[in-house]
Amino acid sequence: MAITKRPTSPHLQIYKWGGHMLLSILHRATGVALGAGTLLLVWWLVALATGPDDYALFQTYMRSIVGKIVLLGFTAALMLHLCNGIRHLFWDKGLGLDVETTQRTNILVFLGMIILTLLSWAIGYGLVQGV
Amino acid sequence: MAEFRLPANSTVKKGKYFKADGATNIRKYNIYRWNEDDGENPRLDTFEIDMDNCGPMVLHALIKIKDEIDPTLTFRRSCREGVCGSCAMNIDGTNTLACTKGMDEIKGDINIYPLPHLPVVKDLVPDLTNFYAQYTSIKPWLQTESVTPNGKERLQSEEDRAKLDGLYECVMCASCSTSCPSYWWNSDKYLGPAVLLQAYRWLIDSRDEHTGERLDDLEDPFRLYRCHTIMNCTNTCPKGLNPAKAIAEIKKMMMERQG
Repeated sequence: MAITKRPTSPHLQIYKWGGHMLLSILHRATGVALGAGTLLLVWWLVALATGPDDYALFQTYMRSIVGKIVLLGFTAALMLHLCNGIRHLFWDKGLGLDVETTQRTNILVFLGMIILTLLSWAIGYGLVQGV
Repeated sequence: MAEFRLPANSTVKKGKYFKADGATNIRKYNIYRWNEDDGENPRLDTFEIDMDNCGPMVLHALIKIKDEIDPTLTFRRSCREGVCGSCAMNIDGTNTLACTKGMDEIKGDINIYPLPHLPVVKDLVPDLTNFYAQYTSIKPWLQTESVTPNGKERLQSEEDRAKLDGLYECVMCASCSTSCPSYWWNSDKYLGPAVLLQAYRWLIDSRDEHTGERLDDLEDPFRLYRCHTIMNCTNTCPKGLNPAKAIAEIKKMMMERQG
């Protein structure tokens, strides 16, 4: 008797998203983005080593609207990955794995990202004294 | 390689509509249907349920449909009180037991699918063969070398017995494993949260004498370490258990063993 090829039941199409699931995929996505974004750092260093003209060109690009959006995205990705990474360290110690704590730390990670991103840009613009 | 989209034979089409004539207090149930005989793709049937003549749980509505509207609707159920694990399915986007899920916990239409990313046998019945084979693979029984003391039974202190709390209650309903994206993409190699929770249950049993062998079997990039702490398992468990924590404890045991 021929057996019909069974269908696969729906998964991503129907599963309800939660903060934990969103942060998990964002952690991976920001990890990839940071890997690619590190090329910017390389460009910056190479421009710095090459001379004033190249450095000026780098500055022109990075000070444009698009450049600033990219840099802001890079900063936010870095901070999200950092905050969620710290949560992973606790998880690896077996701490904070219950549902209630996870829901609280979901919010903490997002808050941490926003605060640290704003803080680093404030420092970058010289808005924070004594740094 | 992870396949995020459903294969062509698995995409869900619009299905039939069953009206509840004369009923005034209605809730709509959208239910995944598939059978091997008609050669069609899966479809989503809609049933109107007369809430004035139905119990409060999702399982009540399913039994009502089967009894009164469409006897071909197929699903597993047995104990109707959350101890057998048969009626695990995806309700309102998360996996749970139909018998312990109250309809009042759900807003709007009630969407019901089989447990995710499994081969479907019929309607809400998925094929769990691989899941049970994986359970067998972790040898879920007491393994000993020493002679039984006094030829009777192996005793356990109250403290050691307490270590099994939160683990022995698992009914192997597969809700957690089939909620896990890592398990969706790698169920051929990754054991998944339910089976790993059971593995941990035997690893920390003070009477078991094969802890080393059990850890050896789990020391594998896929079997254990495909867990990326996505946390869907713990969030979905209808018994309130914590598979993610059990997996973290196994990983810690691996670290401690390596010194």
